[in-house]
Amino acid sequence: MTELFRLLSLQDASTRVVMLSTACLAIAAALAGSLAMLRRRALVGDAVAHASLPGICLAWFVAGDRSFAMLLLGAFVLGLVSMGMMALVQRLTKAREDATTAIAISGFFGLGIVLSRLIQNQPGGNRAGLDGFLFGKAASAVTSDAWIVLAVAGVVVATILALRKEFGLLCFDREFAAGIGRPVHRLDALLLVLVALVTVAGLPSVGVVLVVALLVIPPAAARCWSASLGTMFAVAAAIGAASAIIGTGLSAVLPPPGGASSGGWPTGPMIVLTAAALLALSLMVAPERGLLTALWRRHRLRASASRSIGSTP
Amino acid sequence: MIDSAIVPAPWLTSDDLWTIATAVLASVACGLAGCWLVLRRLSLLGDAISHAVLPGIAGAFLLTGTRDVLPMLLGATVIGMVTAFMSSALSRVGRVDRDAAMGATFTSLFALGVVMMSLAARQVDLDPGCVLYGLLEFVPFDTVDLLGVQVPRAAAWLGAALLVDVILMLAFFKELRATSFDPAHAASLGLRVGLVHLGLMAAVAANTVVAFEAVGSILVVAMLVAPGATARLWTDRLVPMLWLATAIAAATAIVGYLAALRLNTSAAGMIATISMVGYLGSVGAVSLRSALSAASSRRATIPG
Repeated sequence: MTELFRLLSLQDASTRVVMLSTACLAIAAALAGSLAMLRRRALVGDAVAHASLPGICLAWFVAGDRSFAMLLLGAFVLGLVSMGMMALVQRLTKAREDATTAIAISGFFGLGIVLSRLIQNQPGGNRAGLDGFLFGKAASAVTSDAWIVLAVAGVVVATILALRKEFGLLCFDREFAAGIGRPVHRLDALLLVLVALVTVAGLPSVGVVLVVALLVIPPAAARCWSASLGTMFAVAAAIGAASAIIGTGLSAVLPPPGGASSGGWPTGPMIVLTAAALLALSLMVAPERGLLTALWRRHRLRASASRSIGSTP
Repeated sequence: MIDSAIVPAPWLTSDDLWTIATAVLASVACGLAGCWLVLRRLSLLGDAISHAVLPGIAGAFLLTGTRDVLPMLLGATVIGMVTAFMSSALSRVGRVDRDAAMGATFTSLFALGVVMMSLAARQVDLDPGCVLYGLLEFVPFDTVDLLGVQVPRAAAWLGAALLVDVILMLAFFKELRATSFDPAHAASLGLRVGLVHLGLMAAVAANTVVAFEAVGSILVVAMLVAPGATARLWTDRLVPMLWLATAIAAATAIVGYLAALRLNTSAAGMIATISMVGYLGSVGAVSLRSALSAASSRRATIPG
């Protein structure tokens, strides 16, 4: 109970920084994810996330130590490699884009598992630093790591806000943007790099498998509320930040399910479940098309119709 | 178990052979069903289904306390319907495209599954890590008695799944072909396009559940998509594509297992890696071939 109080009142300096960085990252992911979704590239982040596992392992092999920045750098490099690979396959053949993405997701993840088992086999090698990356361990993150995440999130948010007119044009009318001389190819590439950045920075808190949820769920929920880019940004950012704070808090506070010896509640899934609950809420009560809203409106319409029929002479 | 006298290579034990047989069965069963996903541009749906069935599997395990396949199949079927409902509601209410709706749905369900598995952490049989990369290496230790022969349980189930796949495919070949290539034309012929789609989804989900335990949720995607996509690069005709996909699926499983054995690493991971290498190699070879043939036809038409 005292721990709960400590957490909620943010007395703990390290909890404060970790929560702040996770929330800022979720905001950055919500903005980048909104743009990616509007460009119909929602699942590119999934390929980047899965490719980051072999990246982390390779960085472990190359650098030897498990410095956080090195692991993230390895993840980022392999994320870019996977994007380059998918673009190259698209250029070379008429192969189906969805097939290439699916194969990249699972092939790179397979490579990551192969490498992580090799690390485990090495004398003195253990995967203690790697396993946390599968499902996320924000609650136990270190303050210095959180600052790195915070910096990445800040860069991404600043870039998107600075270029929001250009990105908006790119998403809603690419041909027009190209026609008036906007560098659409470079903007597309920049958007992919931003997606890769938030994906990699989200790994420590949400994990390889679920980090794409930060890119997809808040924008999808925000889309239920509004069709304008500005409002969508705001709602998605709010939903992302709320999920990150509530999810991280829950996984830190709830008593471990299998007794003290088990790993406790995995942070990533708790964040994603919170976001999913907010998405379900949005689906139900969103203005105009929400499922409950539509029912309510039909009820009102029927009531007013029967009243007006009843009142006609 | 197989008598050691008929083991062809001395460095392979009979356990290895049973594991290879299981991997080949999983790969071919998934690969055949996956060909239709590739043709219908639904490869990412395979990814979504393989993630989304997790809470169904975990729920069945929590309720029954066993790892019997039948309750898990039932749980996964329920979840499959939830997935379909959630994605369609999302694209209707939120006007988001199919990929995003699918992504939001399957990550939510997968997160739910992982949390349910954490609840079952006391029952150590099932843990979130194994869900990701399967337990191919442990397949030979869990056997059933089949006509007097001790067969790995996973191999028996996968063999049955493959048999059902082939029977269904032969029975509904015409319908599958027509709805995959030209759904509008198929509908005008009076074929039930929606019903065929639903049936295919059910078959993919069932294959995924059966293969799940052996190869895990993410690597099953490679088994579903890679053989069909690779075969599609080499041929434009349906029947050769299906045969080629079968051969590729079997070869990938064998090569992947042997490579993993040599390097002492994860077999399922190696099979997925080899799948991707095969696909990329085919992309390179096919585009090289078309570039060469374009060059030679240019040379032939320019006189002198």
